[in-house]
Amino acid sequence: MAVESLAGNVSETPATGQTVTLEVFRYRPEEETEPVYQAYEVPVHKDWVVLDALNHIKDHLDGTLSYRWSCRMGVCGSCGMMVNGDARLTCATFVESLLPGPIRVEPLENFPVVRDLVIEMTDFMEKLESVKPWIIRDEEKPLEDGEYLQTPAQLADFEQFSMCINCLLCYAACPVYGLEPGFTGPAVIALAQRYNLDSRDQGAGERNAVLDTDEGIWQCTLVGECSEVCPKDVDPAAAIQRYKVSSTLQWYRNLLMPWSSK
Amino acid sequence: MLSHDILIVGGGGAGLRAAIAVAETHPALNVAVVSKVYPMRSHTVSAEGGAAAVISPDDSLDDHAYDTISGGDWLPDQDAVEAFVKEAPRELLQMEHWGCPWSRQPDGSVAVRPFGGMKIERTWYASDKTGFHMLHTLFQTSLKYDPIQRYDEWFVTKLLVDDGRCQGVVAIDLATGRVQGIGAKAVIVCTGGCGKVFPFTTNANIKNGDGMALAYRAGVPLKDMEFVQYHPTGLPFTGILITEATRSEGGHLLNKDGYRYLQDYDLGTPEPRPVLRSMELGPRDRLSQAFVKEQEKGRTLQGPYGDYVNLDIRHLGEKIINSKLPFVRELCLKYENIDPVKELIPVRPVVHYMMGGIHTDIMGATPLAGLFAAGEAACVSINGANRLGSNSLTELLVFGARVGKAAAEYAARQKGNGTAVAAQAAEEVERIERQYRSGGGKGERMAEIRRGMHTAMESGAGIYRSHAALQKSAQEISNLQNRIQGIRLDDSSRTFNTELVAAIELSYMLDVAEAILASASQRTESRGSHQRTDYPDRDDDDFLAHSLAVRQPGAAPAIEYQPVTITRWPPGERVYGR
Repeated sequence: MAVESLAGNVSETPATGQTVTLEVFRYRPEEETEPVYQAYEVPVHKDWVVLDALNHIKDHLDGTLSYRWSCRMGVCGSCGMMVNGDARLTCATFVESLLPGPIRVEPLENFPVVRDLVIEMTDFMEKLESVKPWIIRDEEKPLEDGEYLQTPAQLADFEQFSMCINCLLCYAACPVYGLEPGFTGPAVIALAQRYNLDSRDQGAGERNAVLDTDEGIWQCTLVGECSEVCPKDVDPAAAIQRYKVSSTLQWYRNLLMPWSSK
Repeated sequence: MLSHDILIVGGGGAGLRAAIAVAETHPALNVAVVSKVYPMRSHTVSAEGGAAAVISPDDSLDDHAYDTISGGDWLPDQDAVEAFVKEAPRELLQMEHWGCPWSRQPDGSVAVRPFGGMKIERTWYASDKTGFHMLHTLFQTSLKYDPIQRYDEWFVTKLLVDDGRCQGVVAIDLATGRVQGIGAKAVIVCTGGCGKVFPFTTNANIKNGDGMALAYRAGVPLKDMEFVQYHPTGLPFTGILITEATRSEGGHLLNKDGYRYLQDYDLGTPEPRPVLRSMELGPRDRLSQAFVKEQEKGRTLQGPYGDYVNLDIRHLGEKIINSKLPFVRELCLKYENIDPVKELIPVRPVVHYMMGGIHTDIMGATPLAGLFAAGEAACVSINGANRLGSNSLTELLVFGARVGKAAAEYAARQKGNGTAVAAQAAEEVERIERQYRSGGGKGERMAEIRRGMHTAMESGAGIYRSHAALQKSAQEISNLQNRIQGIRLDDSSRTFNTELVAAIELSYMLDVAEAILASASQRTESRGSHQRTDYPDRDDDDFLAHSLAVRQPGAAPAIEYQPVTITRWPPGERVYGR
């Protein structure tokens, strides 16, 4: 039948005959007191990404290897890892680009490790919630009155900062977060700005209480690594810089014109 | 035992919308979302093109209903469709008020684009990342409601049913491996579809039919499971979806001769500009079927990952592509090393969506008291034999909101759990504990079972089906259900044991596969996405009906039928392009 030619299993892609070694960070708290690196020999297939190589290990070599993944199209944000020392989405990092290897795969830096390549992300989830990432309004317009008008230019003002997939690569790359785990961090500040700059929102003042602090924006030293590694071009460094400018302007405004403060 | 008034299994669009509906309508109720991934990882995130709701002055609810019903080959329940189209605009507007970055017209009002099978433009969109923006908007908005609690990265292994009522779940906390009963007065299943039953799919790794199998095992019928949507345009090898919006913006499908082959399949005549309900804007089932016919004529192209055709959007120009289809360009560049501004995109049909699912009524209630479902996991049914593009995102909002309210009203009337529930939970905890201890054993690798399932499903339940192939595949799935009992698990660790989870997911998929094949086997007609080579015609006398697959332990499921609800649109011919 014709439909039988519709095969498309990842494992059935043409092999090149080559192999590559993956040196994978392993840590199982019940079995190991310290992390170890385990080497796996994996066939090289054209079109394979690092995640496909990990899946090959999981399926055929070692069922104990643990990591997160889901969409394999760069939008769910699950599969961020350190690949040869760089924070990458493993679904968007081609094996061919890393030959001849070995390829070192480690959990995202700056996070505690739950197991193997799985990092602990509750700190991030708490920070995300702390900036109130939802529309805040003094008064809700009834649905019957239709949409809030928002011109394409007003949308463009925050759209870039709404593209964050929470993959945490920017936290892994951020030297400040590495030293000061209390730092709110790039993705969360960008998210706060996403709402602050949304013409429908009136909650900037409330978010200010979290952001305009040492642990908020002021710890950022503008190294810019966050924007370098971002797979979605969110440019969190720009979000932070823009916030610093507006916050400073507000500070002077309050100083010079206390009657206008809000 | 932990306990909540309402438990929602699944934290995607439907689950989060349901949670917010509970929090808004019954703030005194305690609602918790149990999800095997952090909610923003849910597969809603991958939806691209948009969400349908009537907003243009020249559109009407009746047009939306007719497009949906004819698109579904008269299998949708028309009372459900009427409720759906009526509530759709309000739900999308609600998303706007919650901050969803809908694309706009110059005057600031919400913009709409056309989609396949649609008479008038009515698809709201947020660039070509609509599902991503909807999911993040819903998740972020859900954070402001105090009554909503979450169990992130908890994996459900069983529904607790006692005294004829669903009263909770048992779940594994992945971080610690602890297995725990969680009681509830009502449970809402929003776990999405099961594309991973097939080898070539747009679906994420997490789409394993968990909720469908949980309900099926609890005795709830699975409805219309034979209707599997093949999306006509997936990238070969990865199965990454290239949104229908490429075609609604004016993209063309070309065979190996550069010919717009859809004109040969009763889908209209080619015009340079997109024509609604015509050619490339025909419904997905018809377009995927046309691909197979074209393949049989030897007019497709051959690549390393099978046959394909070309999608041409070059004539749209870089500006339109960057503003309206930026994700398509990004996906092509990153995953295919192709720039659609200058090159053709290779595409082929790919398993995308389950029209079928857990049998529910128009409020999302299943026949089992206390158990509700919404989203792709459920079958209301508004999608019938073929879902229209951009109805699924709207569906998860409309029926997510409905099911949240219905479950809240139900839960508010219920007393707590009976004692038998705790005993049942303890039994399930012990069963999972035994599986941990079985780690490190010998036997077949899980990947072999999965491969067998993929082969069986593709050869039996593809775009065209036949009695012989369906029977053979059903036998194979039955064999695999035996073989999975003896698989080898390497991992006996409790901490984040993804191997045990994958083994349970595979057992869910085999159950769902069994229901798909049995339902397809019994339906001896062709309708929508279900095409039988041995029964090529639609048969309204015998099959204007929903199939209900009821699990029979140790045997093939019993298939029952329930008539379709017809209100105002008597069954007719599906006409596109003329």
